[in-house]
Amino acid sequence: MTTPAISVPRPDAGFGDGPGHGGFGGLLRAEWTKFRSVRGWVIGMIVAALLTIFLGVFVAANASVGCQINGGPPKSGKACLPYVPHGPGGEVVTDSFYFVHQPLTGNGSITVRVAGLTGKRADLSGGPVPAGNGGLVPGLVAWAKAGIMIKQSTHQGSAYAAMMVTGGHGVRMQYNFTGDIAGMPGAVSAAHPRWLRLTRAGDTITGYDSADGTHWAQVGKIGLSGLPATVQVGMFATSPNYVVSQNSFGGSSNNIGPSQATGVFDHVRLTGGASGDTWTGTAVGGGGPAGAPPPGIGGGGPSGGPGPGGQGQAPYTRAGGTFTVTGSGDIAPVTPGPGGGLPTVTIEQTLVGAFVGLIAIVVVAAMFFTSEYRRGLIRTTLAATPRRGAVLAAKALVIAAVAFVTGLIAAVISIAVGVPKLENQGQVLLTAPVLTEVRVIVGTAAMVALVAVVAVCLGAILRRSAIAITAAVLLVVMPFLLTVLNVVPASVGDWLLRLTPAAGLAIEQSIPRYSQVSTVISPIQGSYPLTPYAGFGVLCLWAAGAVALALVMLRRRDA
Amino acid sequence: MKAGVQTQLDVTLAPAALRGASLTRALHAEWTKLRTVSGPAWLLLGVATLTIAVSVAAIGANHCPLNLTCPVDTTKLSLTGVQLGQAVVAILAVLMVSNEYSTGMIRATLAAMPNRPVVFAAKAILLVGLVLIAGAVGVFGSVLAGHLILPSHGFTAARGFHPVWLSYGPTVRAAGGSVLYLALVALMSFGVAVIVRDSAVAVGAALALLYVFPIALAFVGNVHWQHRLERWTPTIAGLTIQDTTGLKSLAITPWAGLCVLALWAGAAIVAGAVVFRFRDA
Repeated sequence: MTTPAISVPRPDAGFGDGPGHGGFGGLLRAEWTKFRSVRGWVIGMIVAALLTIFLGVFVAANASVGCQINGGPPKSGKACLPYVPHGPGGEVVTDSFYFVHQPLTGNGSITVRVAGLTGKRADLSGGPVPAGNGGLVPGLVAWAKAGIMIKQSTHQGSAYAAMMVTGGHGVRMQYNFTGDIAGMPGAVSAAHPRWLRLTRAGDTITGYDSADGTHWAQVGKIGLSGLPATVQVGMFATSPNYVVSQNSFGGSSNNIGPSQATGVFDHVRLTGGASGDTWTGTAVGGGGPAGAPPPGIGGGGPSGGPGPGGQGQAPYTRAGGTFTVTGSGDIAPVTPGPGGGLPTVTIEQTLVGAFVGLIAIVVVAAMFFTSEYRRGLIRTTLAATPRRGAVLAAKALVIAAVAFVTGLIAAVISIAVGVPKLENQGQVLLTAPVLTEVRVIVGTAAMVALVAVVAVCLGAILRRSAIAITAAVLLVVMPFLLTVLNVVPASVGDWLLRLTPAAGLAIEQSIPRYSQVSTVISPIQGSYPLTPYAGFGVLCLWAAGAVALALVMLRRRDA
Repeated sequence: MKAGVQTQLDVTLAPAALRGASLTRALHAEWTKLRTVSGPAWLLLGVATLTIAVSVAAIGANHCPLNLTCPVDTTKLSLTGVQLGQAVVAILAVLMVSNEYSTGMIRATLAAMPNRPVVFAAKAILLVGLVLIAGAVGVFGSVLAGHLILPSHGFTAARGFHPVWLSYGPTVRAAGGSVLYLALVALMSFGVAVIVRDSAVAVGAALALLYVFPIALAFVGNVHWQHRLERWTPTIAGLTIQDTTGLKSLAITPWAGLCVLALWAGAAIVAGAVVFRFRDA
């Protein structure tokens, strides 16, 4: 790929008016002709697509970490996969809690007073989790939950709506794993109890809270379509894993240990078609008190038996009208990262190759401008079209379009070939809805296109392709590399991924962050500090800034 | 650039026949070409300053609070800037070759000095010499920054952290090795640039060699492939020269890692030399 010969369309050839007279359309055609007539650039784009696909599929096929279950022989691939429930929306969920319930037929309501919420968690101050059941110390994690629930059945992943008190987020109404509405703030205690009520009227569930049992406020009214006539109603408690993340130079460690929550309920009152005073305790998804098997893993079938009863603690006791329920686990969507205790992979992990493809595309994009300087062609170009802004715009549009198409093809093939390979890696593949998948693919292509625009503008600003290319590559790659290699602490890394062009990678995040799940930011596992469109917006701003600067420089300087 | 070269041609054309001192003369010619344009000087300055700047930023961002144990390799942390400095080294190496091709000056150079291996060697020697100097400045500045800043961030000798200074053997090895690392990166990029000739493609290929493998390693979970990447890729293996803690858990020992990079650089240089010798300019 030596110095490319550039052919300029003669104004009178090909398309009537030519760039000088045909307005912006003609200019676009002129630039497009310049691009497609340089074989090296076309090959560069093909190479970019091939590299993207190759690396993406390679990483997808080798993402497996292997596992060892309960001291057994080392395993890999699908043998590592625990049973994973899916929620009504199709997303992978955690659904493990202790449920004291009875059937409710037709419409009705449940009202309780929560007089206390206490918790225990693993002691992680000394490093990894101590073996066995020991090592639980008093402590309530922020998303420990105790409250009342109306649930389709005791099968994991079935539809539900719940009113709950939490460890650090006040009263919440949550439903179908992803829904979360804030109620009264503040912590619950014997002195400050919380009254909770759920009513069912057809498919509509309404949640209320109250501080005194007299003055009620509606928290939310939601529709759970397709609820059967008979549902399960009752009290539950659960508590997600306790995670301590430590990012130090060169490595990150996440110490994860179980936790459990105990809720104290009284003034339990049922109306409507409930059976009366007969309660059944079920550890849904093995969600009894924290015990030997970590919640979420090894919980067994869709509906576990009674809780394992760690530390000999009964999951549920009743003294007169007072119920004490203890559970662990979580009722929430599974998000990428170490918090859930499940090894997860996301579909965007097949798109890592975009980094390599990006380098090839940046090379071509920068050359698209710098080669005009090297050959002196810029003088011809600007003589034909004295409007320098239009020339820059035409170049940026052409290279953006080419990069977009290249990125799109590469992303589609990477996902189509890579995702089936990811499914066999012994990790939980967090699938995304089709529309999200489209956003990830189109977003990747758009990100590549914007980086190409940055590169072509850097070419115009710096005029030297080697320096322009290095600047463009480093702007995207360096912040990402410094973050994933933990060269900088997590707090600094988060800011790098907010402020630098690398923020645009967030467009690839397929699993949203939920406010009701504590997430550890980890770009490798698919969680970025910015939301997808905010991150993409940051990259757009960088591209706009590059265009503006290039415009100023082009106008000021002699060609 | 052209003005400086024209005068140089007059000097070098005549004594080209005197073969004995040809390498010295070639070196002198290359040195004149380099020092009479401002680009290389700026890039060498960039190698030193960017290395120090990124090192200082990384050092400044890391703290070790009193109540925590910090498994931090303070020497490696102080040398973080090499991660960016190597990119500037790659640009310098690439431009040293591609500038001659893009201006057509390579034909004048080879007409003046038809002994191509000598021209090739002169360029490579000069490049390595300059990168060693700029790299040493950058690395020493980084070590100095670590020495001055890290104790105030909780990384004190009292808590078991070795001082980041040239009195500590492993730090000397890491620092000296980092300078050699930058020189080897320069040679590898130089070889690539001679093969490719075009500055844009060469710099793209050099950057890919430097940065793609670490990113791939971050995503590959398969331990066998992780091991292979850690042992056999230029930057990951080469940068083990900076490790001073947890040496037993490394996939390759520091000096062996640097040798792997030397193999890459050697392969690029040999391929470049062969191509340079037999290809039309």
